Amino acid sequence: MTSVVPRLVEQFERGLDAPICLTWELTYACNLACVHCLSSSGKRDPRELSTQSCKDIIDELECMQVFYVNIGGGEPTVRPDFWELVDYATAHRVGVKFSTNGVRITPEVAARLAASDYVDVQISLDGATAEVNDAVRGAGSYAMAIRALENLAAAGFSDAKVSVVVTRHNVGQLDEFASLADRYGATLRITRLRPSGRGADVWDELHPTADQQVQLYHWLVANGERVLTGDSFFHLSGLGEPGALAGLNMCGAGRVVCLIDPVGDVYACPFAIHDRFLAGNILSDSGFGTGFGNVWKNAPLFRELREPQSAGACGSCGHYDSCRGGCMAAKFFTGLPIDGPDPECVQGYGAPALAQERDKPRPAGDHSHGRRSSGPVPLQLSVRPPTRLCNESPV
Amino acid sequence: MRAEPFGALLYHFGTRKLSFLKNRTILAVVQSLADYPDVRAACRAAGVDDAEQGPYLHALGVLAGSNMLVTNEPKEAA
Repeated sequence: MTSVVPRLVEQFERGLDAPICLTWELTYACNLACVHCLSSSGKRDPRELSTQSCKDIIDELECMQVFYVNIGGGEPTVRPDFWELVDYATAHRVGVKFSTNGVRITPEVAARLAASDYVDVQISLDGATAEVNDAVRGAGSYAMAIRALENLAAAGFSDAKVSVVVTRHNVGQLDEFASLADRYGATLRITRLRPSGRGADVWDELHPTADQQVQLYHWLVANGERVLTGDSFFHLSGLGEPGALAGLNMCGAGRVVCLIDPVGDVYACPFAIHDRFLAGNILSDSGFGTGFGNVWKNAPLFRELREPQSAGACGSCGHYDSCRGGCMAAKFFTGLPIDGPDPECVQGYGAPALAQERDKPRPAGDHSHGRRSSGPVPLQLSVRPPTRLCNESPV
Repeated sequence: MRAEPFGALLYHFGTRKLSFLKNRTILAVVQSLADYPDVRAACRAAGVDDAEQGPYLHALGVLAGSNMLVTNEPKEAA
C-alpha cells in the first residue's frame, strides 16, 4: 500500500480534502539575498499576517487534520512570534517542519528543538563547499548553515534535513552533500531549481544541463533510499523505467500542495507566486468564504486544477504516463505553454520552445533588498519654505 | 489517519512516513481492528470473504511492518 501506482496518481490529481504538503511562508523578510529565491524575499511586507491571524490558520489546519506544515519564507525565524506559533501548532496537533538558513539556530534554540517530537528543521545549503554555496547564498552563509547543523547535532537533535537546490554548479557535489548530511546525523534533501521568484533571472545560467540531468537521474536511482526530493524530479522519469524514481510523480499544485503566503494569499504552489495561480486570500472573501479551508475546498482555480488536465502536445509521447508533462511552474515562468513539454523535458521537446522568442511572466511581488519599488512611492509633502530662493541656473 | 475520497492517508510522526489506504474498505478494516480478535474477522465484518482477503492481509502486513499499525498492549498496573 505504500507504492504508488498510476491509478493512485490519477486519484490525487482529482484533489484531496486537505493538502498533504502545505507550504506556509511566514514572512518575506530575510537576512540573506539568495540569487534564486523562489519567493523574491528580503524585505518584510507591511501587510504581513498578525500573530492572531496565524493562530486562526493553525486552528483551521487542525480542523482539516493537516498532518504537518512546511514553514518557510523568507527566513521564518526572524519573526518575533516564530516560537510562539511553532508551539501553538504543535499544541494543536499540527506538526511543523521549518526551513531556515540557520541564522537563529543557537545552542539554546537547538536544545529546545531537540526536546520536541513534532518539530523538524531543514537547513538550506546550496554547495558542499563555501565557494559553491556562497556564490548563490552570499558570503558567510555556508559557515552559518554548518554552525546550525553543529549546534543541532551537539544538542542531540536527530534527523535534521539538509536541503539543497540542484544547480549546474553543485550537481557534481551530490556525494559530498550526502557525506555532509551523514556527518551531522542529518538526512539529505535535494530539490529542483525552478525559474520562480528571483530564480527566473538566473535560471538560464543555473539550471542543470541535459547531460547533468542524466547524471542526476542515475544518482537518484542509486541513492533514492536515503535522500528526500520533495517529489520534484518527476520530470526526469522518462530517463528510465516507470516507477524507478520513488515518490508521487505528478504536479501537486492545487491538488496535494499549495502555498499560504505572508499576507494570507493562497497560491497553487510555492513556485507559482503569480496572479494566474492565486486561488484566494484567507482574510478577504472572494465569493467562496474566508479562511484557508474554504479556499482549499472551493476556490475556482483549485477546482479547475482538479479537473482532468489535457496532455496537449505531450499526449502522443509514451513517457507522459510517468512524467505527466512535468512542472507547471517551470513551464509558466519560462513562457512555455502549460499543456506542452517541460522546459527540461528529457526527450528534448522543451529545447526548441526555449530557443524561440517567449514572453516570460514576472512573479507577483518582489520583496528583494535594494530593488526599486514597482508601485507609487508615498511622499510626505513638506510645508517648510525653502531656506533660499532657487538658483535658476541649471549649472 | 485522515479519510479521503479514495481511501485514506496515514502519517507517522516518528518515521515521517506517509502511507495510503487505497480504498474505503481497507479503511473500514483498519478503523475496526481494535474491535475484533483477529484481522480475518475484521475483514469479514467489512464484507471481504476469506477467499478475497489476500491483498488486504498483505496491505495490513506492510502497515504493521512500518509501524503504522501497532499492537494494543495491555497497560501495566500503576
